[in-house]
Amino acid sequence: MGHIYTPGLKVTEYTKIMKKRILPLKGEIVAKVGDKVKPTDVVAKTDLPGNVEQMNIANLLGCDAEDLKYFMLVKEGDKITDGQIVARNKGIFSTGLFKTSVKAPFEGSIESISPVTGNVLFRALPIPIEATAYVEGEVTEIIPDEGAIITTHATFIQGIFGIGGERFGEIIVLTKDNTGDLTEEMVKEEHRGKVIVCGRKITSGAYRKAISIGVKAIVAGGVDDRDLRQILGYDIGVAITGSEDVYTAIVTTEGFGEIPMAQRTFEILKKFEGKGASVNGATQIRAGVIRPEIVIAQSEPPAGFTPEGTEETIGLSIGSQVRVIRYPYFGKIGKVTALPPELRVLESESKARVLEVEFDEGARAIVPRANVETIENF
Amino acid sequence: MSKNPEDIKVILATDCGSTTTKAILIMYVDGEYRLIVRGEAPTTVEAPFEDVTMGVLNAVTEVEELARRKFVGANDQIMRPCEGEKGCDIYISTSSAGGGLQMMVAGVVKSMTAKSAEHAALGAGAIVMDAIASNDKRLPHEQIERIRQLRPDMILLSGGIDGGTVSHVVELAELISAADPKPRLGIGYQLPVIYAGNVGARENVKEILDEKVDLRIVDNIRPVLEEENLKPAREMIHNLFMEHVMAQAPGYKKLMSWADAPIMPTPGAVGAIMKRVADEEDIQVLGVDIGGATTDVFSVFKNPSYNDLKPEHESENPRTIFNRTVSANLGMSYSISNVFKEAGLANIMRWVPYDLDEVELRNQVKNKMVRPTTIPQAMSTLIFEQALAREALRLAFIQHCNFATTLKGVQKQRTISEAFEQVDSDTIVDLMGLDILIGSGGVLSHAPRRSQGAMMLLDAFQPQGFTTLAVDSIFMMPQLGVLSTIHPKAATEVFHKDCLIYLGTSVSPAGTTKPGGSVGHYHIQTEDGEVHEGELKFGEMKKFDLAVGKKATISFSPSRSFDIGAGGGKKVEKEVYGGVVGIILDGRGRPIEIPMDKQERVEALTKWLLALNVYPESALIKE
Repeated sequence: MGHIYTPGLKVTEYTKIMKKRILPLKGEIVAKVGDKVKPTDVVAKTDLPGNVEQMNIANLLGCDAEDLKYFMLVKEGDKITDGQIVARNKGIFSTGLFKTSVKAPFEGSIESISPVTGNVLFRALPIPIEATAYVEGEVTEIIPDEGAIITTHATFIQGIFGIGGERFGEIIVLTKDNTGDLTEEMVKEEHRGKVIVCGRKITSGAYRKAISIGVKAIVAGGVDDRDLRQILGYDIGVAITGSEDVYTAIVTTEGFGEIPMAQRTFEILKKFEGKGASVNGATQIRAGVIRPEIVIAQSEPPAGFTPEGTEETIGLSIGSQVRVIRYPYFGKIGKVTALPPELRVLESESKARVLEVEFDEGARAIVPRANVETIENF
Repeated sequence: MSKNPEDIKVILATDCGSTTTKAILIMYVDGEYRLIVRGEAPTTVEAPFEDVTMGVLNAVTEVEELARRKFVGANDQIMRPCEGEKGCDIYISTSSAGGGLQMMVAGVVKSMTAKSAEHAALGAGAIVMDAIASNDKRLPHEQIERIRQLRPDMILLSGGIDGGTVSHVVELAELISAADPKPRLGIGYQLPVIYAGNVGARENVKEILDEKVDLRIVDNIRPVLEEENLKPAREMIHNLFMEHVMAQAPGYKKLMSWADAPIMPTPGAVGAIMKRVADEEDIQVLGVDIGGATTDVFSVFKNPSYNDLKPEHESENPRTIFNRTVSANLGMSYSISNVFKEAGLANIMRWVPYDLDEVELRNQVKNKMVRPTTIPQAMSTLIFEQALAREALRLAFIQHCNFATTLKGVQKQRTISEAFEQVDSDTIVDLMGLDILIGSGGVLSHAPRRSQGAMMLLDAFQPQGFTTLAVDSIFMMPQLGVLSTIHPKAATEVFHKDCLIYLGTSVSPAGTTKPGGSVGHYHIQTEDGEVHEGELKFGEMKKFDLAVGKKATISFSPSRSFDIGAGGGKKVEKEVYGGVVGIILDGRGRPIEIPMDKQERVEALTKWLLALNVYPESALIKE
């Protein structure tokens, strides 16, 4: 059983997932095809070139740039230790008195010595970085020098917006249904290292406490933008997230404001309470869309799961269940009762293709088709 | 292009955007060039298609169906020349697919050579990812880290006037060398670096960079402080764009072989048509394209130093100056949250004639960001979205004014008040001399009422004097831009007749006075003999109907503290053209002062919005 909102935003109980784990630069691949891996296992590693520091040694020694070579004690490519003397002049009037010497700022190597500017470029030791498996699964392909592909079967839920990068922890559901908010007093010491799920909204107090305790991630229907701003200390301008300096990642499944998590999404997360989840808050809503996600590896299809139709999205038709995603009916769920083909004039006087929807409480409304997401069960 | 312009009767043009490929058909009918039909299809640069020509053929197929002509031959090629109902005489294209042309520039002084390099890159249609300068306050290792991260399509390195500093330029070359940058597209080929700096440093730069990058050397972009020589660098950027960037993008080799003129980057082509129109008609033009993610501002203004220096050297000292700026994070969907952040709630709300809850508004903005394709259903949402648009346009315009300046480094006296102005006092943007203001992009072109587009342009740009207002109906300026390079007549004819929707003329005296004071007296006589006359009071707006193509003579006698173009208190008489909105008399003064007091602000806004019939009255009067 799974269901889809907008095309590409998936919520499915069981699907095959392939994760490409790539290094930013070429490096060494530690894993091999067939390896069974845990989320924190390292599959590839490399060294990023160290930081560089430029020093105008000609100026420091009081010589011309072109004469610098006579005073350098090391040459390009040489290894250096922290504090090693790399250049020295001959002192005042070449007497050897009051000699000036220049020390290396850190351990590393000499990148270049310029006879034009008198600059010497020091490069620090390489910075080791690793690519982990992120999800529990099997290494199915090695991309030479670059990384590996991990394949797994899992419950896969895409959110609409998130912050913070990759996290892994055990799922714990803290609200009794999809309409409950996560409050400060609900977050407790025992939730350290866990992935907390709540129904409707994360309150700012709860989020602060989660960070202080060391909760890995929170999954919720929505969050108030004002709270997010208060916690981060700045406004998120462009929807490119994932590198925020926060311990606890957030994944919202529905959007901003007080909006309950879709019933099915909540039920799925509730069903797998206690299982480990790989969570990534990284979001990018332009070219090459990235949505935040929750991946719960499954060794076998969950009970009651039928694979038919999991890859297809059914189009909008009469009877389709939809959620309105724009004011004035934001967040309301209902069934499509009519799909008039002609353009209609909205209250804003814009002309658009619309649909008629009957909300769960019985009221009917006309809504632009661009302002709904379909909720399709299969 | 060797074809005789008189033989060109059927023109097919496409613009391959990052999401949509748009095709237009222009034909010579009854003695003039006109847009016949347009078609569009999704761009096919990305996987799984990875061939831009598929999208082009799809868009052309739509044109075929609408025009009932055949353009695509049996071998899936565009048929030329035109024979009866088949084929076209020329096929041309622009492209911004795959992220367009992304460049990094470097120069010694941020406000001088680095800025000249930025001018060259932006003018060629590039997105400038960063401008590295010796004095940009970043440490060398930070600059190297930045160059390494960026992965541009090419780098433009400038610095030093001829005979000037060598060491600073060499230092920049050393930074680039240490970063060892890799190009965005095409693993295994060298990153193109254009050197357009001090001739005296060429050999050193060559020594440092020649083996690591694909180094091209052109004339210095700033040979002397008083001159900017952008042409050689721009031409090299275009060549490299074709050679490297386009050739690496999927399907472009085929597309290039089809096209009868070099494929231009989309914004570069927009600049070409604007400059053409401005030069031909001797007018000053300001254009804006507000998209979902970015806002581009283009302008062609008279060069203030044109008469002072060697008028015979048009290339170094042009009569008009074209400027383009890209505000990368100001837009109406993907970047809407950034507009909110940059402008601040108070600045946005000053355009909304009632109160709204901040928490609710913040969430609304963020929800639009995460679901960028939704549209305003309620009138209040539309009003708020158009308030945001005003601020996005205003901020993009401030950036433009600060960029479009006279050359820095040339000695000049400056008053104390100029030194404290938000907009650079060296700007060449002359709002009083501006002849036409063109808006483009969904929020302006597709506003439910045309008066909304006019009001947004007036509020954001605050033009002074007499200004024609227009919107670009379907954003065909890119195709017309490339057409202008081979058939200027066809391009300008279509530009005026089919590309622009004229909104009308705004008459906006600059100055200020006490509330209710007199701004001046107006006398409007239409060619149909209709006469309107009266006094324009401070804080008042008036609108008179004057249909598209109709003319009227407006005589405006400003009071002493107002200027309508001839100086304080001096009368100006001008012939103006009508539009779908008509003639707008804007008595709000310049700069527009919005009352600080909430009730006064609501009253003033309501009065202005009703005067121009911007929103229905019922939407403005809230309980």
